[in-house]
Amino acid sequence: MHPHPHDPDDDPHVIHIDRGAGVNRRQVLAAMAASMALANTACSPPPRLQAHPYVDLPEAGGGNLPLYYASAFVRDGFAHGVLVGTQEGRPVKVEGNPSHPSSLGATDVHAQASVLQLWDPDRSSVVRQRLARAGDAREPPQVASSTWSAFEAAWRERADAQADPQGGATLRVLTGPLTSPTERALLAALLARGPRARWHVHAPLADVAAADGGWLAFGRVVSQVLHFDRARCVLALAADPFSDGPGAVRHAMDWSAARAALREGGADAHAASLFAAEATPGLFGARADHRVALSPSRIEGLLWRVAAHWMPEITPADVGLADPAVATFEARLVAALREAGPAALVIGGAGLSAEAHALVLALNQRLGAIGRTLTLIDPPEAAPGAGTLADLVDALGSGTVDTLVVLGANPAYDAPAAFDMPRALRRAKLLVHAGLHVDETALLADWHLPLSHAYEQWGDARAHDGSATLLQPAITPLYDTRSAAELLALLSGDPLRDGHALVQRQWRAGRAEGFDTFWRDSLRAGTIAGTASAPLEVRGARLPPRLALQAAAATTMLTALFVPDAAAHDGSFANNPWLQELPRPFTKLTWDNAALLGPATARRLGVATGDIVRLQVDRHSLEVPAWVLAQQAEDVVTLPLGCGRRHAGRVGDGVGFDANALRPSTALSAPATLQATGRRHAFAVTQQEMSQHGRELLRTVAAGAGLPRDKPHEQLYPPFPSPVHAWAMAIDLDACIGCNACTIACQAENNIPVVGKAEVARGRAMHWIRIDRHDLDDAGASGFQPVPCMHCEQAPCELVCPVGATVHDSEGLNVQVYNRCVGTRFCSNNCPYKVRRFNFLQYADATTETLKAQRNPEVTVRQRGVMEKCSYCVQRVARARQHAERTGQPLVDGDVVTACQAACPTRAIQFGDLNDAGSQVRQARASPRHYAMLAELDTKPRTTYLARIRPVDEA
Amino acid sequence: MAEVPVSRESGVLRPGWGYASVTDKIAGLVLTRPVRWPWLAAFLATLAGTVAYLGAIAYLFVEGVGLWGLRIPVAWGFAIANFVWWIGIGHAGTFISAVLLLLRQRWRTSINRFAEAMTLFAAGMAGLFPILHLGRPWFAYWLAPYPDRMNLWPQWRSPLVWDVFAISTYLIVSALFWYQGMLPDLATLRDRATSRGKRVAYGLLALGWRGEARHWARHETAYLLLAGLATPLVVSVHSVVAMDFAIGNTPGYHSTIFPPYFVAGALFSGFAMVLTLAIPLRKAFQLEDFITEVHLDHAAKVLLATGWLIAYGDLVEPFMAFFSGDRYEIAMTVDRWTGFYGPLYWTMLACNVLAPQVLWWRAARRNAWLLFALSIVVNIGMWLERVLIVVQSTSHDFMPSAWGRFVPTRWDWIFLAGSISMFAWLFLLFIRLLPAISISEMRQLVKEESA
Repeated sequence: MHPHPHDPDDDPHVIHIDRGAGVNRRQVLAAMAASMALANTACSPPPRLQAHPYVDLPEAGGGNLPLYYASAFVRDGFAHGVLVGTQEGRPVKVEGNPSHPSSLGATDVHAQASVLQLWDPDRSSVVRQRLARAGDAREPPQVASSTWSAFEAAWRERADAQADPQGGATLRVLTGPLTSPTERALLAALLARGPRARWHVHAPLADVAAADGGWLAFGRVVSQVLHFDRARCVLALAADPFSDGPGAVRHAMDWSAARAALREGGADAHAASLFAAEATPGLFGARADHRVALSPSRIEGLLWRVAAHWMPEITPADVGLADPAVATFEARLVAALREAGPAALVIGGAGLSAEAHALVLALNQRLGAIGRTLTLIDPPEAAPGAGTLADLVDALGSGTVDTLVVLGANPAYDAPAAFDMPRALRRAKLLVHAGLHVDETALLADWHLPLSHAYEQWGDARAHDGSATLLQPAITPLYDTRSAAELLALLSGDPLRDGHALVQRQWRAGRAEGFDTFWRDSLRAGTIAGTASAPLEVRGARLPPRLALQAAAATTMLTALFVPDAAAHDGSFANNPWLQELPRPFTKLTWDNAALLGPATARRLGVATGDIVRLQVDRHSLEVPAWVLAQQAEDVVTLPLGCGRRHAGRVGDGVGFDANALRPSTALSAPATLQATGRRHAFAVTQQEMSQHGRELLRTVAAGAGLPRDKPHEQLYPPFPSPVHAWAMAIDLDACIGCNACTIACQAENNIPVVGKAEVARGRAMHWIRIDRHDLDDAGASGFQPVPCMHCEQAPCELVCPVGATVHDSEGLNVQVYNRCVGTRFCSNNCPYKVRRFNFLQYADATTETLKAQRNPEVTVRQRGVMEKCSYCVQRVARARQHAERTGQPLVDGDVVTACQAACPTRAIQFGDLNDAGSQVRQARASPRHYAMLAELDTKPRTTYLARIRPVDEA
Repeated sequence: MAEVPVSRESGVLRPGWGYASVTDKIAGLVLTRPVRWPWLAAFLATLAGTVAYLGAIAYLFVEGVGLWGLRIPVAWGFAIANFVWWIGIGHAGTFISAVLLLLRQRWRTSINRFAEAMTLFAAGMAGLFPILHLGRPWFAYWLAPYPDRMNLWPQWRSPLVWDVFAISTYLIVSALFWYQGMLPDLATLRDRATSRGKRVAYGLLALGWRGEARHWARHETAYLLLAGLATPLVVSVHSVVAMDFAIGNTPGYHSTIFPPYFVAGALFSGFAMVLTLAIPLRKAFQLEDFITEVHLDHAAKVLLATGWLIAYGDLVEPFMAFFSGDRYEIAMTVDRWTGFYGPLYWTMLACNVLAPQVLWWRAARRNAWLLFALSIVVNIGMWLERVLIVVQSTSHDFMPSAWGRFVPTRWDWIFLAGSISMFAWLFLLFIRLLPAISISEMRQLVKEESA
């Protein structure tokens, strides 16, 4: 207590300025010193993690070579092993982890785009607390920024109530699919604290019928690990094993590797023959030797007929498969399955009934495939005892949920409409949401907690085969975020709070001896050796009861099929502009989703591409734009999920329609009706013409056959010399599955901007490597052809540039000199391959700070008004050359790997030196399947192709 | 005192005109004629258009050429089509002044001055477009050879570099030719000007012309020499412009007939523009005695002849596509006939080939308003032809997967309308500030026609 009224002049914390006398020098200096000291204290606290300086600093400071951290990209709970490439301490590019079973060095589009997710400017960065619960849903909630310590204090009060053994408060935890051993252990500890705690799992894309199929057949839930390398005949029923599920990249990799013998050896060599009966076009179906498009119920009918050949005890039902094309397909399929025997593999996918899934398992068992081409494992994401989302909705409805923690899930967006999730979530007395974004669920929550990105945290997760994978940070968290494990530790009151310590504690158990070596080796490999799930021993499968024919087949009802969008997935990637602008493989549609319809169905309903139609599923209806696709099965309408986000961020809001609004349950299919509204919708596509018009751009050959060699033309000018290196690329069209991974990898590596829907619609997409899809026949067969710059030796673009902004270098690269380009665009007009991209407007974002940090510092960010195109990753060529010069070792084949080549899950792209007699690309050029696109123009492209091999029956 | 010559009826000049009356009439247009509302209205309207055009250019420089409907594969659009169109229009002036002078065609006398002005303004409009068209127009000077610290030169194999030389040469020679031919008239205006400002202005421009015999002798020699120099340019400029396309490998661009085809097209559109300008001009300023039906008739005949050259080109192009058997050329040609741009193609043919056939009739050739309408039709047809070549060819080239249609945005139209406005504005200024018809040459014509 002050003895007399407080005199500010006496306060030592206030710099007193005598107003009468003015400011003197000492006061100014004191104020300056104080403000400088305060300026430092105002910054964010130092990182919580320990950082050690180099003992031996790498030459040149280590700053100009990328550093790679083995970590994992986690999607739907499963780990995809990656190497996070950092430049100057910033993660800028992701490569596949060669030692990870789900990757083998390759990636898919989502893993490639994950680095942009890290730098997403809309990521949640602070704890948010809702101040007052608005009674009226229409009122905007009052939200304030808060802190982790404030949340922890608030949580403590609750935790004590939950721990009360006599009728304590109810706690529910809702997560997405969870495979992380550390997180599961921490979650178990949290649930163990209170008697009324329960875990619920919500996986918006999970196929409940597939899980039930395991129950029907073997009395347990099983997960299938597919071995394409051992299969001689693969049948996919309404499944796309090349794009769906955590093992997709591995499947494509194994398939392509096993096919190498056919590609090199000729007609006698054996390769897996692929059969696809698909309801909606997928990558597997496009690459299959034989495909039919059928509705799910007809696919089931086909399955029963085929299965009856091995199981005389079942009676196939007639499901109206009178089509001769289907009969041919079926005859070939049965013959091929019979020939393959135990080397056959049958895969069932989304839209099939539980009985069909059970029958698929039984058929595999009869064929002897289980244990050979597929192994059954305990699902890594299985959550015994955990409730479903429907259970949670029931509990919420009864008003008995005191606290609901939603961790890494967004049910307010991706739950089926029938659950009316926003209303249900409001019934929780306390709703805590933790996620990467302030999403639809976060808006309803009392507390929103920002989570760390996978590349900012220590953690673990399992691969598709159950292998444990370690996550290590490639950068300290950008914001005040915590990992899911750290959050769970906080919730459960664990004494350990640091992610690193938590993960180590998990894995130290039973490994006290030599833990440090184990840890170092595992971190380096990115995966923990010997943790793949053991194959399950199953007894003879019970056969499902007789096929209950769905009524849909007989009526005019359509079957609505809910599938993940090829880019936005379940919606978690909706705010990723690279993915939104990625052309969907079959429609080449960007920034949108569309209801896909088969041609005959569309004719019957009077619908054309771009028409807005009203879809009715159960009691839910929605107006959506339609797209008529030749590859689509009749009587099926495919509705891609993951679009139409209401609160995804600046990129994803309102892109496309939200198909969840039509879902009557968690099932992935439902009967639907459709009427045209007469209104139209404008799509933005990157390729309008799918026919080759008889031009041999994508060429095919019979197995073992070759293409005629192009005769060299007479030349007026001497050939352009490439004395030291002559870089070239060969793309094997037999391997390409059209997955788009190269396009995104290139975008990430080369700082390629996105342009937005309006600009794509005007034909200004910037992708340096585009994937052309060509209709190979009238029956819906598709071929994919990646088209990067051809790096022509006689480049038409170079001739016409008035300022010499595009020139040849001594290694044969056709280089674009951005500094010199004035933007006449003559080069693009003169490019027969149309691979040049122009910055018509200022496309590169020069203002958003986090996006700047993502950019590859080795690649120029292009200004408005200049031309750009594929550079063969000239920065990687230069890095390898400089490394070779420094170490004195000559460059060897494989030292330069382009971004597209590195990402490719089928190893379709080869890059190397034509002057090196042993290089892969030189060998590819010697292949009888080798050809140059538009060779008659005599541009002598350095990028050439290997023709796709036609199925044996069609040769 | 010798008898003052007075013109007789000769077709190219009506009877009754003497030296003084010719001078009074033409100089009066500049010096004494009051400003009347039709001119003022047109002047203000085109001035507004010009200001809007300059504003649009400023906006274009800030935002980029993405304002237009350009895309991949159609990376050239209206800007290049407008460029070729304007440069074609610019051809008639030089042809009339230089070629017809060398061929001693007396009917050129009353139309050469304003046709040359038209050439200059059209070439100016044309020269602007390649710069506006650039992605980074502030670096346009990189196309010129200049000593550069980094020893960088233009890339000489590119026809765009040849363009720079062709167009700049053409602009310089046309301007010199025009200005030199005007010197005696500027002196006349100086001598007749009533205000001091005009006397000083025209005096400065007249460069001290006193009408001495020495002046005349040198003037005549230099004028002939310049005419000789300008004559090959008539052929060369548009040939070089044609090579912007012919050098390219795109079906629809890669065509050896393009240089002569473009030159013929240039004369065709140029003469059409001469008629577009001459017919309102003679009406508004009562110049029917100077620009007679004979002039219209001659111009119409040139139009008919060059129209047939165009028709020949339009015939040979598809013939060569099929004769060569080149699948890309054939596909492009079929698309030109039946594709998205098909209606434009048939409209173009109707305008350029069908419509001029009315000129076989003498009555049509001497009907001023019919000719005026036809000249507009031909100008539209020639513009469509440029657009088709530039846009349709690239929209349908080698890779079907990359095909895409150019659809103009409103900015494309604003730039076309803006350039027309500015051209018209410059022309309106010209006819009130400078003698639109050569006084000295008309007086010579009076002498010749009175003999």
